[in-house]
Amino acid sequence: MSDTLPLTIDGVSITVPPGTTILAAARQAGIEIPVLCYFEHTTANGLCRLCVVEVEGARLLQAACVTVPRAGSVVHTRSPNVERARRTILEMLASAVDLSEAPEVNAMLASYECHPERFAGGATRQPPRLDDNPVYLRDYAKCVLCWRCVQVCAEDAQYTYALTFGGRGFHTSIATFFDRPMPATSCVFCGQCVGVCPTGALKGKREDLLEQGVPPEEVFEQTRRKSHGQRSTGAARATEVD
Amino acid sequence: MLTAERTIPTTCPYCGVGCQIDLHIREDVIIRVTGRYDNQVNFGNLCVKGRFGCDYVHAPDRLAGPLMRRRRDDALTPTDWDTALSVTAARLASARDRYGPDSVAFLASAKCTNEENYLLQKIARGLVGTNNVDHCARLCHASSVAGLAATLGSGAMTNSIADIVDSDVLVVIGSNTTETHPVIALQMKAAVRKHGARLILIDPRRIELADFAHLHLRHRPGSDVALINGLMHVILAEGLESRSFIAERTEGFDALKASVQDWTPERAAGVTGVPAQEITEAARLYAGARAAAIFWAMGITQHTTGTDNVKVLSNLALLCGQIGRPGTGVNPLRGQNNVQGACDMGALPNVYPGYQAVTSDDVRHKFAEGWGLPYEGLSPTPGLTLTEVMAAILDGQVKAVFELGENPMLTDPDLHHVELALQRLEFLAVQDIFLNETGQYADVVLPAVSFAEKRGTFTNTERRVQLVRPALEPTPGTRTDLDLLVDLARRLGADWTYADAGAVFDEMAGLTPSYAGMSHARLEQGGLQWPCPTPDHPGTPILHTQQFTRGRGLFVSVAYRPPAELPDEDYPVLLTTGRILFHWHGGTLSRRSPGLDGLAPEAEVEIHPDDAEAWGIDDGALVRVSSRRGSVVARARRTRRVQPGTVFMTFHYAESATNFLTIDALDPVAKIPEYKVAAVRVGPLEEVTPA
Repeated sequence: MSDTLPLTIDGVSITVPPGTTILAAARQAGIEIPVLCYFEHTTANGLCRLCVVEVEGARLLQAACVTVPRAGSVVHTRSPNVERARRTILEMLASAVDLSEAPEVNAMLASYECHPERFAGGATRQPPRLDDNPVYLRDYAKCVLCWRCVQVCAEDAQYTYALTFGGRGFHTSIATFFDRPMPATSCVFCGQCVGVCPTGALKGKREDLLEQGVPPEEVFEQTRRKSHGQRSTGAARATEVD
Repeated sequence: MLTAERTIPTTCPYCGVGCQIDLHIREDVIIRVTGRYDNQVNFGNLCVKGRFGCDYVHAPDRLAGPLMRRRRDDALTPTDWDTALSVTAARLASARDRYGPDSVAFLASAKCTNEENYLLQKIARGLVGTNNVDHCARLCHASSVAGLAATLGSGAMTNSIADIVDSDVLVVIGSNTTETHPVIALQMKAAVRKHGARLILIDPRRIELADFAHLHLRHRPGSDVALINGLMHVILAEGLESRSFIAERTEGFDALKASVQDWTPERAAGVTGVPAQEITEAARLYAGARAAAIFWAMGITQHTTGTDNVKVLSNLALLCGQIGRPGTGVNPLRGQNNVQGACDMGALPNVYPGYQAVTSDDVRHKFAEGWGLPYEGLSPTPGLTLTEVMAAILDGQVKAVFELGENPMLTDPDLHHVELALQRLEFLAVQDIFLNETGQYADVVLPAVSFAEKRGTFTNTERRVQLVRPALEPTPGTRTDLDLLVDLARRLGADWTYADAGAVFDEMAGLTPSYAGMSHARLEQGGLQWPCPTPDHPGTPILHTQQFTRGRGLFVSVAYRPPAELPDEDYPVLLTTGRILFHWHGGTLSRRSPGLDGLAPEAEVEIHPDDAEAWGIDDGALVRVSSRRGSVVARARRTRRVQPGTVFMTFHYAESATNFLTIDALDPVAKIPEYKVAAVRVGPLEEVTPA
């Protein structure tokens, strides 16, 4: 095809259709770039910066998940700069966030020879675990702010808009409007957010009880007993409108 | 964090969307359910029921052994399999021999697999010799099947879920899609928000889709024919019809034109309560679309005019040529996970599998030969519908009923009537996974398995046949439905041996042209949409692309008829019924999911704030709702979702069973009850006396 775009990734020359991201181009070339916030079924936003690569001529490292190369771009996915950036990102995450249920991140911490203890004693995220509805739990101490949950709640899937970002900087968190409990929002409890969460910050209530070793026959009774949340109307906004 | 020992891909057991799911299993327990991305049905999405509601499989009160009672007034007590099955076979056979084959009726199940429904109707027709086999499709889309069979020749959804985003106008009428087919609603929302489609919502209630609608026509329940006739009047008056399509592909146009002549938007406005200007706008929008699709569910079908409602929608699509192309069509959204399949399998009183008429000698010869049975044993007389069976029991015509995974004691209209019928029966056998309201009346209860414990196929609303795969061993004390049906058949004298569900499918496919090209092996690669006549046929995403199943599309002129029972002085409020997102039909499954039941634990009545004020009802107060047939208590929810003068209730709650209130007036053609309109009175709990 005449409209294909040539580029070089880690010394491998390939051609890709225009509009292909560096991440997709690398995959085509058999080169794996690590990702965290990126998920192939949600919109990529380049938030976590873990997929950064060096593009010759570019001033800064580029997020491979959202960057579209120019014809003839020369890309390095494992240069010392890239490796150091990834290592630091992972170390900072690990120092502030509970990654105990994120096996993929843990594997990356090991492979990048990270030392999160470098940041020991710094600030950590320890918001309370939120148990405000009968079907899922939110434990934002485990949240890496990948944004997938917010996106599937909005235009990537559900068009429900119950979730958003709250706060700024280090205090940024996934939130509901006015921090209302889920049953008081427009949430329809589809759990699309739970389905895409990469770190166990969002978890089914039943799964959580089983994990705590509650015998299956008791899970039923316990879930029922704890199910005191009330649903929203399924169209909270609609009922407010005259 | 828990890791799964195995992950089994299968099909969601709840609604007709047919989402593809993974069951994550650890130590024989479902720990998690996730959506699969590798399909054209749910694209990875799930709703609350699929993701959090499959735990009913592990409910502590699953049936765990056959039950029986010796006399009708004894209690059900445990028995052994041999006794339970021999008694069932003996009692069915004795009713057949003493009173004739038509004294036995079989209720099939839209929750069970194609293979199971196929075998059940084979038992009814081949071993008992009756066509008395029907299922809950009678209560949901019987009118869609009857209406579209008359106008197009085929009663199924014409288009596919995946092509909703190809529409530039969507008409959603009588479907609260975000709650009842939540994952299809995502495609509609995407069509509007991402692909620039415009949504015409036609619904008396201000449902969630209203937030996405370009136009929301809030008509009076039961006035659909008047409204659509009004739309067609505008289209014809303004010359917006597709003349080439009408000329090339339809018949009966002149009569239609004459029949809508008088339905000016002003007259339609008078009957429907929708402003004439909105009727005109909707007509222009639909007719002017490049590709416009119509979707409906129970709001259209569950009326005494259900078949008429479907016919006018078909007329509308034919008039504008909005059919047979991507993004167009007439699309009944089927309710149950396998209601399409149960119909396809001939769990209907008038047809064998593949809609082959029982009255046809050729068809009966074909099945007699295929089943190795004498032709004379197959009845040429169409059987009784589900709604007729109850009356026939009270008349003494039907003496014995075998019921597979249904719950008429909660889902049929006018439950007092159903209760009398069930008490009157000489013999009732129930095959189910829980002892539900109907099971309480059974003489024999056969405990079967859930979707997670068996192999088979479900056919979703878009005619896509998809595999159901076992993820768990049968619960102790149960047997798979297929195994039970084969055992029962053998005790009724058959020599059936099937290696597995795949073998049953193969036999069925050999006799059912639209399924002929499918097999379990082929379905392992992904679902297929019928018709799929040969093993190399890719399936059919869009029906009627070249010609209609019946040849030309037929315009059927329809006169407006009001509902059977409208509010009056004694019962001044209009009750309309439906469903909510968190529960499933009779609630046998969803109310046993603690998460779902926790989200919606109580029956509610939606009441307009003005009415609530006038009737002295606070939000959250208990109210009594009474009709001429019965009375129930539920909690008031003041909301502008309903119009003044109308209240809305669901049929999910056994403790406030709304079907004590509903009327058993039937559509004359499809025999579907008018669940959507009944006259009631509403008041604070103490002040209203039961009817």
